Amino acid sequence: MINITIDGRPLTLEKPINLLEAAKLVDVKIPHLCYAECLSVFAGCRLCIVEIEGRNKIETSCSVLARDGMVVHTNTERLRALRRDLLDLLISNHPKDCLTCDKVGSCELQELCYEYGVKTPSYIGAQTHFTIDDMNPIMIRDQDKCIKCGKCVRVCNEIQVTGTYDFAGRGFESTVTTAFDQPINKDICRMCGQCISMCPTGALQNKQLVGHRPWELKKVRTTCPFCGTGCNFDLNVDVKNNKVVGVTPCEDAPINGTELCVKGRFHTDFISSEERLTTPMIRKDGELQPASWEEALSYTAKRMAEIKAEHGADSITALSSARCTNEDNYVLQKFMRAVIGTNSIDHCART
Amino acid sequence: MSNSVNEVLGSDLIFVIGSNTTEAHPIIGNKMKQAVLKGTKLIVVDPRKTELARMADLHLPLESGSDAALVNGMIHIILREGWEAKEYIAERTTGFEDIVETVARYTPDVVSEITGISEDDLYEAARLYAQTPKAGIYYTLGITEHTTGTSNVMNLANLALVTGHVGFENAGINPLRGQNNVQGACDMGALPNTYPGYQAVENEKSIKFFSDFYGVEMNPKNGLRIPEMMDAAVEGKVHAMFVMGEDPVLSDPDANHVRKAVSALDFLVVQEIFMSETAKYADVILPATCYAEKDGTFTASERRVQKVRKAVNPPGVAKLDWQIICELAQKMGAPGFDFEDAEDVFEEIRATTPSYRGMTYKRLDEENGLQWPCPTESHPGTKFLHKGVFPGGRARMIPVEFEGPAELTNEDYPILLCTGRKLGHYNVTTRYSRLLDSINPYEEAEINPEDAEKFGLGSDDLIRVTSRRGSVVTRIQITDKVKPGMMFMTFHYRETPVNELTQAAYDPITLTGEYKVSAVKIEKVEWKDEELADNVHRFERLDSLVK
Amino acid sequence: MTKTKITREELDFLRESMKPELDALLAEREDLTKKNGEYVLAGEFYEKQTRIALRNFNIIDPESLDEYIARDGYLALEKAIFDKTPAGIIDEMKAANLRGRGGAGFPAGRKWETAAREDNDVKYMICNADEGDPGAYMDRSIMEGDPHSVLEGMAIGGYAIGSNQGFIYIRAEYPRAVKMLEHAIAEAEERGLLGDNILGSDFSFHIELRLGSGAFVCGEATALMESIEGKRGMPRPKIYRTSVRGLWGKPTIVNNVETYANVPAIIRKGADWFTSIGTQDSAGTKVFALVGKVKNSGLVEVPMGTTINEIVFDIGGGLPDGHTAKAVQTGGPSGGCIPAELFDTKIDFGSLAEIGSIMGSGGMVVMDETDCMVDIARFFLEFTVDESCGKCVPCREGTKRMLEMIERITEGKAELEDLDRITSLADTISTTSLCGLGQTASTPVVSTMHYFFDEYQAHVVDKKCPALHCKELITFFIEDDCIGCTRCARECPVNCISGEVKGLHVIDQHACIKCGNCHDVCPVDCITIS
Ligand SMILES: Cc1cc2nc3c(=O)[nH]c(=O)nc-3n(C[C@H](O)[C@H](O)[C@H](O)COP(=O)(O)O)c2cc1C
Ligand code: SF4
Ligand code: SF4
Ligand code: SF4
Ligand code: SF4
Ligand code: SF4
Ligand code: SF4
Ligand code: SF4
Ligand code: FES
Repeated sequence: MINITIDGRPLTLEKPINLLEAAKLVDVKIPHLCYAECLSVFAGCRLCIVEIEGRNKIETSCSVLARDGMVVHTNTERLRALRRDLLDLLISNHPKDCLTCDKVGSCELQELCYEYGVKTPSYIGAQTHFTIDDMNPIMIRDQDKCIKCGKCVRVCNEIQVTGTYDFAGRGFESTVTTAFDQPINKDICRMCGQCISMCPTGALQNKQLVGHRPWELKKVRTTCPFCGTGCNFDLNVDVKNNKVVGVTPCEDAPINGTELCVKGRFHTDFISSEERLTTPMIRKDGELQPASWEEALSYTAKRMAEIKAEHGADSITALSSARCTNEDNYVLQKFMRAVIGTNSIDHCART
Repeated sequence: MSNSVNEVLGSDLIFVIGSNTTEAHPIIGNKMKQAVLKGTKLIVVDPRKTELARMADLHLPLESGSDAALVNGMIHIILREGWEAKEYIAERTTGFEDIVETVARYTPDVVSEITGISEDDLYEAARLYAQTPKAGIYYTLGITEHTTGTSNVMNLANLALVTGHVGFENAGINPLRGQNNVQGACDMGALPNTYPGYQAVENEKSIKFFSDFYGVEMNPKNGLRIPEMMDAAVEGKVHAMFVMGEDPVLSDPDANHVRKAVSALDFLVVQEIFMSETAKYADVILPATCYAEKDGTFTASERRVQKVRKAVNPPGVAKLDWQIICELAQKMGAPGFDFEDAEDVFEEIRATTPSYRGMTYKRLDEENGLQWPCPTESHPGTKFLHKGVFPGGRARMIPVEFEGPAELTNEDYPILLCTGRKLGHYNVTTRYSRLLDSINPYEEAEINPEDAEKFGLGSDDLIRVTSRRGSVVTRIQITDKVKPGMMFMTFHYRETPVNELTQAAYDPITLTGEYKVSAVKIEKVEWKDEELADNVHRFERLDSLVK
Repeated sequence: MTKTKITREELDFLRESMKPELDALLAEREDLTKKNGEYVLAGEFYEKQTRIALRNFNIIDPESLDEYIARDGYLALEKAIFDKTPAGIIDEMKAANLRGRGGAGFPAGRKWETAAREDNDVKYMICNADEGDPGAYMDRSIMEGDPHSVLEGMAIGGYAIGSNQGFIYIRAEYPRAVKMLEHAIAEAEERGLLGDNILGSDFSFHIELRLGSGAFVCGEATALMESIEGKRGMPRPKIYRTSVRGLWGKPTIVNNVETYANVPAIIRKGADWFTSIGTQDSAGTKVFALVGKVKNSGLVEVPMGTTINEIVFDIGGGLPDGHTAKAVQTGGPSGGCIPAELFDTKIDFGSLAEIGSIMGSGGMVVMDETDCMVDIARFFLEFTVDESCGKCVPCREGTKRMLEMIERITEGKAELEDLDRITSLADTISTTSLCGLGQTASTPVVSTMHYFFDEYQAHVVDKKCPALHCKELITFFIEDDCIGCTRCARECPVNCISGEVKGLHVIDQHACIKCGNCHDVCPVDCITIS
C-alpha cells in the first residue's frame, strides 16, 4: 500500500503509478502536453512539474512513480511561474495563427496559454519554418505548429507499429518528420490517423474535419461497420446539414480504446454519397424505374405470395447480410421462416 | 473467438495462420504487433510475406492449401516429443486415438515435401506452440476459404486440444470474422440450418419452440446454402430471391455462374444502399439505410454485442432494413411484425436466443457492450470460452487428412492466384468513400519480380488475367510479398472483378468458396489509347478499355 | 609464450617473468624516472602529478598485454575473482569513495551496490567513452595509452554486480582508441582474461564496442543507452534508476573511462590507500586537460584538493609573458568561470560546486585579460544550443532565446532588464530541463554574471567591451605614429584602409568588419582598439 498526499488530498494506491495518473484519481489536473496514458513516457514538455516535499529538485509528474509517504504539490506559485515561462517559450516559436487555425477549440496549447495568461510571447527571436505537407488524403502537416511533444512518433511506433515518423535535426532546429522528409504517402504510412488524434496542436489536422468547429458538432458513439474487430468511435455530426463529417475516437471503447484504422476513421463521406439509393425502384418494361414504397412493397408481397403458391415455400430464398444489424438479420430470418415458410436463408459468412 | 481481442497482448505466443491480420483486422493486427514489441513470440503461416510475416520469429510460407498437412505434421512432432498435454487430453477430450493414428503418417519429411517448409522450421513451430502455455491461434479467410476450410478449422482445434491450449485466458482458437457482423448474422440464425442462438433447425425441441413462439408451424428441413441456392436457381428450382445488403455477383466466386443464377430467377428483390452489381438484375430495389442511420447492434468477433446508434437521417425516402421487412410481412398479412423500434426487436432476440438473454439495450449502453454467453441480467458476460468444461462435456477431436487444393497449376495456367482484402477497403462499400477510394483507387495485382521478368512486365504495365472461368484486366505491383509462381488480388474492384476468375468448388460442410486459389495465366495488354492510362476509370471494367 | 587461455597460476608466472623484461626496457628510456620503485614520466611538468588513471600512459606499449601484466595488470581482477566476493568488492569500492569522473561525481560503489541487489539474470556494464566536451581528451588518452586498465575495471565491476556483458560506447571520431580497444579485447579474450570462464573460473565477461554518432548529448547516460538500443540518442526520463532498469530494461551500470581506469588500482592497493590521496569529499586523483593561456598545456593528473594556483602556475608554468590570469573555466560547456581571486580553491567536487562551477569531465581553460567574459559565456552557450537534442522545451527553446539575448549584449543592443530576464530564464532552464545538458547549460552565463557583472554592465549600459573583444563595441584606429608601410592595407580583407606609401593611413570605420588583421600586422603597433 502506498499512501501519498497530492495538494492536500490523501490517496492510497496499490501499485506505484506515476504522479500525474495518481493526481487524476483525486481530481487534481496537472497540465501536460506530451503525456498520454497509452504511450511510453517522454517527459519533453516539462509542464507537468510538481514539488515533492523533502526533495529539492522539481520533477515531472509523468515520470515519477508514487512512493509511500510522498507529499506532492502541483500548483504552487513557483510551479505556475515556471509553467508560464515554458509556455511563453513555446509560443515564442509558434505562428500567431489562433484566429484562423482549425485546431482552435480543441488545441491543448492554446488552452494552457489561456489558463496561464500567456497572451503574447515575451521572448523575441528566430522562428523555424517548414513547408506544409498536404499531399495526402487524410491530413495536413504544418510543422510550424509542432511543439515536438513526440506523441505522433510514439503512437506510430508503439500503437500503430508502423514507424512513419522520427525526430530529425537538433535543438531549436529539430523537427518531427518522415524518412528522407518525404510527404506522407501510402508506402510509408498506413493512413490510420492515430497521430492526428494524438496531436495536441494544429500541427497534424484531420482533413475531413477542417472547417468544422468542434463545438458545433454532435458526437454519436457507434460501432464500426468495416470488419469484425468491433471498434467503437464517435461520429461527428453536422446536425444542421444532416451530415456525418468525420470520426473521433472515444477513450472507453472496450476493444480499441482510441485506436482506429484508416477505414474506421476516414470512411464517413460514403454515408452522404451522391450514389446512395434514395427511392424504391421497380423493373418495368425491362428498365428499373422509381416507384413509391406502397407500389414496391405491394408488388413484392404479391409476387412472393404468387411464387410461394405456385412453387412452394422452398422456391424462395434469402440472402441476409453480415453488414446489417442483428435486428435486421433477426427480422429477415423470422420473415423467411414464419411468413415464407422456408429455412433457405444464408449469408456470406466468409467474406 | 474463444478469447477476447485484448488478450492478444497477454499472450506469450501468437500463431497466425492464413490471416493477413494487419490488413483485414487492422486493430487486432496492431495489437499483435504491440505484443511482439513487448517480447511475445509470433509464428505466421502464410504463403505471402505479409506485414506480420516480416515481424515474425518464424514465418512459414507454405504452399497454398497445404494447411492440413502442416498442422498434422506439427501434431506428429508434438506427440513424438511427448509435448502433448496428457492430463488435459484425458480429462477434457475424446477421439485422441484417432488423431494419433492419422498423424502417424505425417512424418516431418512427408510434410516438408507437401508444404515446402523445412523440417527444422516445422520442428521449431511445433516446439514453440506446444511449450508456450499462453499460446493463441488466430485465423481468418485464408484457412476457411478452401475446399477443405472446415476441416482446416477442425484441425486447428485438434492442435490446440492436443496441447491443452483451449479454455484459458490468452490461449485458445480465434477465428477473426471478416465482415463486421458475421458473428451476429450467425447468432441470429441467418443460416439455413440454425435458428437464432444456434438451435438446430432439424431439432424437434427447437422446431416446437419456434413454432409456438412465431405462431406458425416451422419448416422441419434445413434450407439451402448460398451455392446451392445459385445452383437451384440455374436449375429452375428456386424462383425468387430476397437479397439484403449483399452483392453476390461481385463477391461470390465464379461470377459467371452467379450471374446466370440471378438472371434465371422469376423474381429478385434487392434491398441495398448502393446500386450493386446484383441490384442491376433486380425486379424490385428497396433503398435501405446504412449503419449511421440506424439504431441496433453488431456482434464483434470476440462475441461482444455492441450498440449502433443513429447519427443522421437516411437519404431520400430510404428506410430501416428491419422496418422494410416488417412492412412487407404485414402486407403479406403476417402477425408478429409490429415492432416499435430496434429495441423492441432486440427484446424478441433476447427471448429467443439464450446466449443473449441477459442483455438489454440499457446494459449495452452502460457496460459498453457485453460478450455472450450472457444468460441472465446479472451475468457479466463471458471473456473467454470453455473455461473448465466444453459444451457437452468433452471436446471431440476428429482427424483431418490432407487433400490437395481443388485446382492446380499446369502449363496453360501456370500461376496460382490468391484473393483477399486490402487495408484501405472493405468489400465494396468503402469504394463509395471518395477519400478511402483515393488511397487505393484501383486493383494492383501483386506479382513476384521473377515472374514479372519472365513475362516482361514493368510496374506501369497492365495485364490480362485469365482462368478457366473468365478473365479480367488489372494494373500490377511487383513485390516480393508474393512468392514466384503466385499472384494476389483483392475483390474490392468492379473494374477488375476478380471473382470472374475464382472457382465455385466448395467446402462440403460450409460451402465456402475456394477463393484462395485459382490457376491463372497472364499476358501483357495495352490501353486502347495511351491517355487512358492517366485516369482511374472508377467502376468501369478495364477489359473494355484495352486493345 | 603461446597465446592460449591461461589460469591464475599461469598469470602469476607470466607477471613475474615479464617484470624484469619490462624493467630492462624502461631503464633504457630517458623520458622516465623511478619513483617509489616504479617508472614514471620525468620532467617538471610531471613532477607534481600523481598518476593513477594515467599510470601506464606513455610508459607501456598499449598493444602489449604482456607489458600491462608486468605492471600488475589483471592482478586486481585475479584477486577479485579468486579472493573476494562480489559483496567484498562493493564494500571496497564504497570505502574507496571513488566518485564518477564523467561529471556528476556519483559514488561508483553505491551505484554498483544498487545494481548488485537487483535479482536479474541479465545485467550490463557500460563504459561511457563518448567524451564530447570540446577540448577534452583525457578519456581518449587512457584508451589509447592503456586500454586494458579500462577493460579490467569493467570486468571487476561485472563480477561485483553479476553482469556478463559490457559495452564500450565510444565516439567514432576516436579511430585510434577504437583500434587499441579492439586489439586489447581480442588479446585479453585469447588469453582468457575476458570472455567465458575468465582464468578458468566460472565468471564470464564479454565486452563489445559500440560506436557513437558524435552527438554530444549521447554522452548522457540515458541517451547513450537509447543509442545502443538503436534509437535516436535522446535522453529519457529516469522513472527507474539506470542501475535498476537501464539498457533494454535491465540493471545497468554506466561509468566513465577514467572511473573504470581507477578501479584496478583500488582493488589492488585497497580503499585505505586510495582515500589517503585526495580530500574527504573526493578521494583519489583527477585528470584535467589544461589549455588556454598557459605555458605548458597538456594532461594533468593531480590529487583531489590541489589548488588552481598549483595547477596553473606550478604545473602549467603560468601564463605566457606579459599576460595576467583573469579566470579559469572548468567543466567544459556546462561549467563555470572561476575568477583569479579564487585560485587558491582546493579542487574537488564539493568545493567547485560551492563556487558555482563543476568538475565536469575535467576541462580547464585559462583565460587572461584579453578574454571578454560575456563572449566566453556566449561561446559555451552557443555550443550547448547547437548540441541540444531538442527534446525538452526549456533547453530547446530556452537556451536559444538566452543565446539571442547574450548576443544582443555583445552587440550593445541589450537593456538592463534583459539581465534580469536572463537570470530568470536561467532558473527556468536549469530547474525544468530533462537532462544534465539543459540543467547546466546556463552555468557559464550565471557564473560569469556572478563574478564579472561589471563587464556585463559595461556592455549594456556603456555599450563598451572592457576586454576590447566584442566586435560591435570596438573600433580600430590608426595613430599618428604610422610609418606608412602599407602592410595593414594589404592584409585588410575588405580593403577599407587607405593611404599613400610612407603616408599616414586611415581606416574607413563604416566598412571595417573588425577582423583585427591590421592590428596584428602593424610593425610599429600604431593601430589601437577602443
Ligand atoms: C550532456 C551530457 C553529456 C555527457 N557526456 C559524457 C561523456 O562524454 N562521458 C562521460 O563519461 N560522461 C558524460 N556525461 C555524464 C553521464 O551522464 C554519466 O553521468 C556518466 O557517464 C556516469 O559515469 P561516472 O559516474 O563514472 O562519471 C554526460 C552528461 C551529460 C548531461
Ligand atoms: S495550434 Fe493551437 S496555439 Fe497554434 S495556432 Fe493553432 S490553435 Fe493556436
Ligand atoms: S497515419 Fe498512422 S501510420 Fe500514418 S503516420 Fe500517422 S500514425 Fe503513422
Ligand atoms: S506533430 Fe503534433 S504530435 Fe507530433 S510532435 Fe508535433 S505537436 Fe507533437
Ligand atoms: S476501425 Fe478498422 S479495425 Fe476497427 S472495426 Fe473498423 S475497420 Fe475494423
Ligand atoms: S535538456 Fe536539452 S539535451 Fe537534454 S533532453 Fe532536454 S533538450 Fe535534450
Ligand atoms: S579590423 Fe580588419 S576590416 Fe577593419 S580595418 Fe583592420 S583589417 Fe580592415
Ligand atoms: S601597418 Fe601600421 S605602420 Fe604600416 S601602414 Fe598600417 S598602420 Fe601604418
Ligand atoms: S507531460 Fe510530463 S513532461 Fe510532458
